[in-house]
Amino acid sequence: MTEKNLVTAIHDTLHDEMAADDRVVLIGQDVGARGGVFKVSEGFMAEFGEQRVIDAPLAESGIVGVAIGMALHGLLPVAEIEFADFIHPAFDQILSEASRMRYRTNGDWGCPMVIRAPCGGGIHGALYHSQSIEAFYAHIPGVKVVMPSTPADAAGLLHTAIADPDPVLFLEHKKCYRLIKGDVPDVPQPTPIGQADVKREGTDLTVVSYGYELHRCLDAAARLEQDEGIHAEVVDVRSLAPLDTETILVSVRKTARAMVVYEDNRTYGAGAEIAATIAERAMFDLDAPIVRIGGPDIPAMPFAGALEHYYMEPEPDHILVAMRDLAHF
Amino acid sequence: MSAQVTETAHGSLGLGVDDLLAMHRTMLTARLIDEAALRQNRMGRAPFVVPVSGHEGCQIGTAWPMRPGIDIWVPYYRDLGVVLVAGMTPEQIFLGLFSKASDPTSGGRQMPSHWSSRGLGIVSHSSPISTQVPHAAGIAYAMKYRNEDGVVASWFGEGATSEGDWHEGLNIASIHRLPVVFICENNEYAISVPQSKQMAVADVASRAEGYGIPGFVVDGNDVLACFRVMKEAHDRARAGEGPTLIECKTYRFLPHTSDDDDKSYRSREEVEERRHHDPIERFATYLVDGGITDRAALQTVHDEVKTQVESAIKAAWDAPDPDPATATRHVFAEDDP
Repeated sequence: MTEKNLVTAIHDTLHDEMAADDRVVLIGQDVGARGGVFKVSEGFMAEFGEQRVIDAPLAESGIVGVAIGMALHGLLPVAEIEFADFIHPAFDQILSEASRMRYRTNGDWGCPMVIRAPCGGGIHGALYHSQSIEAFYAHIPGVKVVMPSTPADAAGLLHTAIADPDPVLFLEHKKCYRLIKGDVPDVPQPTPIGQADVKREGTDLTVVSYGYELHRCLDAAARLEQDEGIHAEVVDVRSLAPLDTETILVSVRKTARAMVVYEDNRTYGAGAEIAATIAERAMFDLDAPIVRIGGPDIPAMPFAGALEHYYMEPEPDHILVAMRDLAHF
Repeated sequence: MSAQVTETAHGSLGLGVDDLLAMHRTMLTARLIDEAALRQNRMGRAPFVVPVSGHEGCQIGTAWPMRPGIDIWVPYYRDLGVVLVAGMTPEQIFLGLFSKASDPTSGGRQMPSHWSSRGLGIVSHSSPISTQVPHAAGIAYAMKYRNEDGVVASWFGEGATSEGDWHEGLNIASIHRLPVVFICENNEYAISVPQSKQMAVADVASRAEGYGIPGFVVDGNDVLACFRVMKEAHDRARAGEGPTLIECKTYRFLPHTSDDDDKSYRSREEVEERRHHDPIERFATYLVDGGITDRAALQTVHDEVKTQVESAIKAAWDAPDPDPATATRHVFAEDDP
């Protein structure tokens, strides 16, 4: 085990995957000499060469489209979208092409590829460097969507995503990159896609979350236990598609209280799917209505510190307060 | 860098008599499949047909230098002639038209004419336009990376060149001098929109200059001229000299699809006049005038192909439909049976 932050875990895993298999190639903006704007591919061009670490022109649809072609002809491309906010020109390539290649050919062709995209806010990124995009893509059958929140999960999920025979959208919350540290196994331990993880055990309520919000939920849970004796169980979704409904339902049936916390705009966000799943399948195990906390339904996160803070925390300690209210319902 | 290519003499092209007759037969097969498919549509047996008539010269001409088993085909939905050269059989075409379980392109999942066959090296494409162009660049990148001898060819209409994906694909392919040939089948209309409202230039090929690659305009109704310009582009790609953009000027004799009414956007006089430049009749005249075959032999070929098409229709129609229980398969690899 070695302690690393999240971005270092991604860098090191990607490095090891490239070193282990020359089918793995990297394509994206500034991934070469610059080593990526977040230094995820720092040093890669010198070590693996320009053929494998491809500085792409400024064209997101082209990056994803070319990666699809590579995947169709025996490579294992990892496409980097510099910021998730810029992925939308590639939406059609992901929706109409990558996700449907296997289905529309009756299993004849497949698209083994990873699209990495740094997402999320709270980093003074404003409208176009802060977005949560997971719901758009988790809605598409044929694409897997993961968002690890710890360095170990990032390493394990990236390892699994590169080996996956289908397209995986690998979302990395920028606020977690250097803030979140943790032990990472020195030998890769694959983390299965489609498996949630109970990050904190508890008996009084279940909090389902992912990304940076997961850490705020863990923080609130720790304080509630210490100060008020409330034991919250915190489930890390990790994989938005496919969603591990069983782990969520087992926890909810145990605690009888459920809350979903996500950073994306509240309406039609991933939390809606999770809340609906709980309502459909565990309604009679619940002692309280499901609580859903999402970002405000404004176009995106504003830049000014006070405005951005409102997006992330509209009321002081709003997650902790909601957890306490639910526990006492 | 665009240049007119008009020479048609087959002798200088390395094509023998067998090649010429096979090319003619393939063009005729595409035409007779097309006409039969529309009849099936009018009979209520085929909900959707994408006609090819008029494009046979540019399709068979540009497809012929490709090497099945080595090169990769990235066609669009009008490319019946291309996939016949790639090795798809008339029966397989009709299995797709009737959306049967054994349809090789998709098992009846896609609309007809959305070609695919991994075994034949035909890459699946969708209905959104030009999305396959970056795929062609990516496949060519993988070929170059793996030091393969292969060439990728991608076909599309002139309307496709307005899409962002078209530009992004050509740009990346040109930057890396990838072994890929881009072929525009310019039939003057994107459904109803004429070329004059699609672009401000006379020739798609002139756009090649913007990518630093050669571009050629060729008479798309002259199958040998199309063969020649493609053969040279194919040779350049194999020699590591990068992509070529070929523009075949042609015409679509029939509506865009079986659901289109082309009377609303082009006159009958125009269509009738363009039928006088039929690429199949033009090639037949070349073959007869050159003493390569005669009219009686061509009629025999016509009858043989017609019989083949009719038996393909019967076999395909009698094939089983997809089992509804299979509709949820192949979303992910783990769903594959």
